[in-house]
Amino acid sequence: MSPTVRLQEMIRVIRSARTQGEERGVIQRECAAIRAQFRQADNGGRSHNLAKLLYVHMLGYPAHFGQMECVRLIASPRYNEKRVGYLGAMMLLDENQDASLLITNSIKNDLAHSSQYVQSLALCTLACMGSAEMCRDLAPEIDRLLRASSSYIKKKATLCAVHIVRKVPELGELFTPAARALLAEKNHGVLHGAIILITELCERNTQTLVQFREAVPELVHIMRGLVTSGYSPEHTVAGISDPFLQVRILRLLRILGRNNDTASDAMNDLLAQVATNTDSSKTAGSAVLYETVLTVMDIKSESGLRVLAVNILGRFLLNNDRNIRYISMTSLQKIVMTDHNAVQRHRGTIVDCLKDQDASVKRRALELSLALVSAINIRSMMKELLLFLSTCPPELKSHAASGIFNAAERYAPSQRWHIDTILHVLTTAGGDVRDETVPNLIQLITNTSQLHCYTVHKLYRALVADISQQPLVQVACWCIGEYGDSLLRGECEETEPVQVTEDDILDALETVLQSHMSSPATRGFALTATMKLSTRITENVDRIRSIVSIYGSCIDVELQQRAVEYNALFKKYDHMRAAVLEKMPVMDRSSSGQTNGESGGGGVQELEPTKPKQPEVVVAPQPASQVCDLLDLLSGPDEPSLPGTTLGPASSMTGSAGGDLLDLLGGLELTPTLPTVPAAVTVYEKSGVCLKLSCERPLDASQTITLTATNASDHDITAFTLQAAVPKNVQLQMKAPSGDALPARSSASVTQTVLLHNPNKVSLKMRVRLSYISQGSTVQDTVQIDSFPSPGL
Amino acid sequence: MGAKMHFLLLFNRQSKLRLQKWFTPVSERDKKKVIRDMTMMVVGRPPRSCNFIHWRDLKIVYKRYASLYFCVGLEDQDNELLTLEVLHRYVELLDKYFGNVCELDIIFNFEKAYYILDEFLMGGEVLETSKIDIGLSIEEAEVLQETFEEYMSKPTY
Repeated sequence: MSPTVRLQEMIRVIRSARTQGEERGVIQRECAAIRAQFRQADNGGRSHNLAKLLYVHMLGYPAHFGQMECVRLIASPRYNEKRVGYLGAMMLLDENQDASLLITNSIKNDLAHSSQYVQSLALCTLACMGSAEMCRDLAPEIDRLLRASSSYIKKKATLCAVHIVRKVPELGELFTPAARALLAEKNHGVLHGAIILITELCERNTQTLVQFREAVPELVHIMRGLVTSGYSPEHTVAGISDPFLQVRILRLLRILGRNNDTASDAMNDLLAQVATNTDSSKTAGSAVLYETVLTVMDIKSESGLRVLAVNILGRFLLNNDRNIRYISMTSLQKIVMTDHNAVQRHRGTIVDCLKDQDASVKRRALELSLALVSAINIRSMMKELLLFLSTCPPELKSHAASGIFNAAERYAPSQRWHIDTILHVLTTAGGDVRDETVPNLIQLITNTSQLHCYTVHKLYRALVADISQQPLVQVACWCIGEYGDSLLRGECEETEPVQVTEDDILDALETVLQSHMSSPATRGFALTATMKLSTRITENVDRIRSIVSIYGSCIDVELQQRAVEYNALFKKYDHMRAAVLEKMPVMDRSSSGQTNGESGGGGVQELEPTKPKQPEVVVAPQPASQVCDLLDLLSGPDEPSLPGTTLGPASSMTGSAGGDLLDLLGGLELTPTLPTVPAAVTVYEKSGVCLKLSCERPLDASQTITLTATNASDHDITAFTLQAAVPKNVQLQMKAPSGDALPARSSASVTQTVLLHNPNKVSLKMRVRLSYISQGSTVQDTVQIDSFPSPGL
Repeated sequence: MGAKMHFLLLFNRQSKLRLQKWFTPVSERDKKKVIRDMTMMVVGRPPRSCNFIHWRDLKIVYKRYASLYFCVGLEDQDNELLTLEVLHRYVELLDKYFGNVCELDIIFNFEKAYYILDEFLMGGEVLETSKIDIGLSIEEAEVLQETFEEYMSKPTY
């Protein structure tokens, strides 16, 4: 029985297995037999055993025990064994396997073999899986073969050289002379490979690029020959003469003509000729036209040629073939920034593609449409985009929503339109918008004071209609809480008045509170809104009181805490209630879009007039000058823009404090990069006193830092105080500490909150001075904090 | 940088792999993952979809011929339309060799499918653009192989 039949017989047996288990059984038996055969001496069937193993490998079973057999077969003098051996090497070995080095010598010998088919096996394998080391070893052989007499060998050697240059770019210099000579080849296969090789060399080495610019006329000549040649059975595909070669030449011309007027001029006419004469009724022609357009747009072409190229893309947009529409939009995307007006002319067609059935086409159309939105077309484009949003596939919704928000923000013709658009998005795609949409929208609404009435009416109506879209519900609750009085007054210029009673509003908020669809955050919004209404409505305050007290025993900790605090606001602090719940001021738009900065609002700052700016200092010697010392020490060597600072600045500080610092910090782990996992970092630990720091906001202009101190020693500590200093341009506000006693053995801790505002985004550092009394003596110590942990998410 | 193919896969509608050619070094584990992703993405596509998909940082070009999907992973610089022509050319070569090629031919003669591929593509690039030349090389290599096999199966004296 011929060995091939044995292989096919095995395949048949495997395929006839009815279950996965049966198949596994057959394969295990076969593999055992194959392994046994490998161990035996040469029996003439080696190549077929390896072939069987390769089949099994393709089914997904392990075949690494065949690697050495590949090595052995490659070294065999018999062609059929070499062939399978090399095939096995390409399938089972790659540059990361140790065994691959063992075939280097065989490859070297085979490259010099008398039969070109053996040489070809070696070249193919080297180009497929040759490691950098193998490439370095064999590069001179390849260079020699580039000058061989056989076209068959030359073309394979050329692509092998391409692989070598990709793996070991320095060897490019070795191949440059041969590559230049190959341009004179008539054989298409060799020429094609040569063009690829030259492209690689030019992309990696600017000198080579300059050198090959001189070959542009030659390339133009070759290309012209292809375009004007008649039918050839060897090379013609759908009326195009060797489209593969044409496309590669066009790509090389692109690289040579980029940023160079002379080269671009030399190819201008040719490109125009190809663009006008290529028949694009079939894919082959379209492929060539596509590459031509890409080249025209990338080099320094005449404006007439550019217009021609964009028009070709416009024509592609109307093509029945989806693929062509798709690549047209991909190309238009690349040039929409540079040739914006030209692409705008095709806006209508692009917008139509939003309605295409195919998901890939839709995605491209969305990207392009968003790029084409401008102040002039914003209204009509937004209509189309909103329509798209309501029907688009789920994977595109989030991208579409954020694209719409960006466009609305940049080009909104009026504030009312802006708010309407955002509300529309929230109602159609509310679940897919990003988290920062809610605070951004709230900020926008607050700042549009003339539309408060209109906005709250619209939101109330939306809320009553549907409470499932969380971002919408959150914004609606917030607005109702803030502007509920406008809602009750009933009159509104911009929209139809609607009769809303206090009970209606409270009903709506209670529905949100009780609904299982509401997320915990949403319920928080609703509860706070209810509370705010207690100062804006007159009759149903008792109802609010009862809602708030019910939630005082809610399982959700956040809600419970809020309810308890609000309850307290009703009972003990009723006199403060009006002030606490008054309307929010206009918010300053800080760069991160987070909390208000110091210049705009009086709101938050004003609420804390009684909190001390500095903690009480019990230690006798002038606290003010000590604080100044800290500031001087810190602001001395500091520069506002020191990225990635380490302990450098610390070491340049004078004074004994500096020396101690280095010792202290020697034990701490301070890296320039911020650790991402721990939320609380120990910044100081000595004599049992431990100070931990945690941040509550992501690192940006404003953050809240909590310092927690514990005392693990055996003696109680009293009069524990902290002072802090920060670099210039950073504002610091320390809240009152929770206490000043640190009992022994960490039985209680002291916490203190620090607010930092860093508008110039200087590298944030803080120096903290601890001071306390332990066992009758005063202890003072200082610690410098150079890096702040990011909050655990 | 180098505009080239990263891999070429052939699989059927049941996601059974019939041929795999990898033009970059990939671990066995990653190969399996890529194959799984490709089969899942491609087999589910509706009939007259666009043949191009965006996946990770690669472009995927696929075409269905009878019961087999031909699937290529390309770099971002590559010309997708030309790659469709590349796939078509490979199918033509298989068809010429096997005569009305079908999936079974590729299953039972997978080594031949690889040998043909290796005369057409190399290192992720097109090696030969002439159908005729490729056909000739394949025939000559076959003759060489058969000569050897005949020689091997002759009894020794």
